Amino acid sequence: MHRDQRAALPFVLPALTAIALVAIAPMLWTLWESVHLHDLRMPWLGQPFIGLDNYAEAFGDPRFLDAALHTAAFVVGSVALELLLGLVFALAMSLAWRGRALIRVVVLMSWAVPTVVAALVWRFLFEGAEFAWFAHPVAAWVPIVLADAWKMTPFVALLLLAGLESIDPALYDAARIDGAGPWRQFREITLPLLRPALLVAVLFRALDAFRVFDVIYVMTGGGPGTATEPISLYTFNTLLQHLRFGYGSALSVLIFLTTFVLALLYIRLAGRTLLEERA
Amino acid sequence: MSGWAFRAAAALVVVTALPLVWMLLASVTPESRLFEPAALWRGPFVLDHYRALFEERNFWVPIRNSLVVAGTTTLFAVTLGGGCAYALARMHFRGRYLILAFVLAVSMFPQISLVAPLYLLLREAGLINTYPGLILPYLTFAMPLTIWLLVGYFRQLPRDVEDAAAMDGAGRLRTLVEIVAPLAWPGIATTAILTFVYCWNEFLFALSFTLGPERHTVPVAIALFRGQYQVPWGQILAAAAVATLPVVLLVVLFQRRISEGLTAGAVKG
Repeated sequence: MHRDQRAALPFVLPALTAIALVAIAPMLWTLWESVHLHDLRMPWLGQPFIGLDNYAEAFGDPRFLDAALHTAAFVVGSVALELLLGLVFALAMSLAWRGRALIRVVVLMSWAVPTVVAALVWRFLFEGAEFAWFAHPVAAWVPIVLADAWKMTPFVALLLLAGLESIDPALYDAARIDGAGPWRQFREITLPLLRPALLVAVLFRALDAFRVFDVIYVMTGGGPGTATEPISLYTFNTLLQHLRFGYGSALSVLIFLTTFVLALLYIRLAGRTLLEERA
Repeated sequence: MSGWAFRAAAALVVVTALPLVWMLLASVTPESRLFEPAALWRGPFVLDHYRALFEERNFWVPIRNSLVVAGTTTLFAVTLGGGCAYALARMHFRGRYLILAFVLAVSMFPQISLVAPLYLLLREAGLINTYPGLILPYLTFAMPLTIWLLVGYFRQLPRDVEDAAAMDGAGRLRTLVEIVAPLAWPGIATTAILTFVYCWNEFLFALSFTLGPERHTVPVAIALFRGQYQVPWGQILAAAAVATLPVVLLVVLFQRRISEGLTAGAVKG
């Protein structure tokens, strides 16, 4: 059974070593930093162990709590919008027989456009407007969410389209014979059978939206003030602007843990089939 | 096709294409008329912004940086990842499932969680603001991506050719290089293209680990564009068009493969 135990090693080892060096070791280092005081502006303080003080600071830090709230709102808003639009477009794509190639090119194009470019173009579109979108703490979210939806909806549509195409067309034929209209067919066949694909798309996008950085950095820089600052941007500022590496690492660990929980859910739902295809 | 589906599909195409068309038109419109939507479509069109971009701003430098970093990362990731993926797809050994799960888990690491240690590490090694200082961090997402995609492609290959090679006494490495790689070429190319696109578009690491225009990649250079008195929108949009061109070309040329790779992979957005 395990006849290749030795033969596999030289193939697997280089890649795994590389991953261990560039991802695992740094992650452990982040953990270490997060329980130490480490301020690059004050090197004379050294790096004393301070237990969970950085974490305690985070939970009492209004800017961090605000940023967490902003992130949660962004995740809910953008994922809901992308899912709804993605579903409509996936259905349209599955029904369309003309212009499929064109649709696919256009859909992939917005996926392939660098996020920075998408953010800049949408900022430009909104800068031209009468209303000063970016000066308003709540309204500033509108262009941000739209830019994100423009960029990511096509991807959601592709994921859902793959789900739609796996539904047996005979089911629809049978429903039609039973006299079920399009709406009933959608509610009783499409939606339940699409549930796994929908869940995968939701979690996948939630994971991604939770880490949002590029769009907001480029469109508002977190402003006005810190009204649109998500946790990744606050963490980035804590690290590379304020040079507080200990505290910033604690924030990084909190982001990591949240992602980890979401990722576990995702793997439970999608990963097992993905893994089994490959194992 | 039913009427609403056609209209929805048409709307999708228009809504998706419109901002890009707008970007292209604005990039050839004089600065003074940029914010008059009606004027955008009329012309006359000028290439001033592109000229300024390459002659005054030296936009060749970020393009070169992006090509070097994205190209090298892709090369490393596909070579190292290819070997690993082949073993995972074709050999029987303990821990295979565990390694796959590990690769999948690492692909979900939030980049921001790695910024602090990678910054300290690169600073210690004197690699801040260098090419290796970007290529190494890029491997954190490129390696899991290539392994994951390539395992999928290798598994789809027919087995008998390899078995024949094994009968001939060809070693594993020779089988991979001489038999499997040529057969899996389309999959390898798709993997390379996807990896390249992710690297070309990457922003957070490039922003964190470069200091000056001489090492900025294209996305960082565009995001940090500043004029002396005001935002130079014309040049920004021209630069945005230049940044978009290579990835859009790849997408148009390899659309079918890329959409398959994306939905099969579903590990990165």
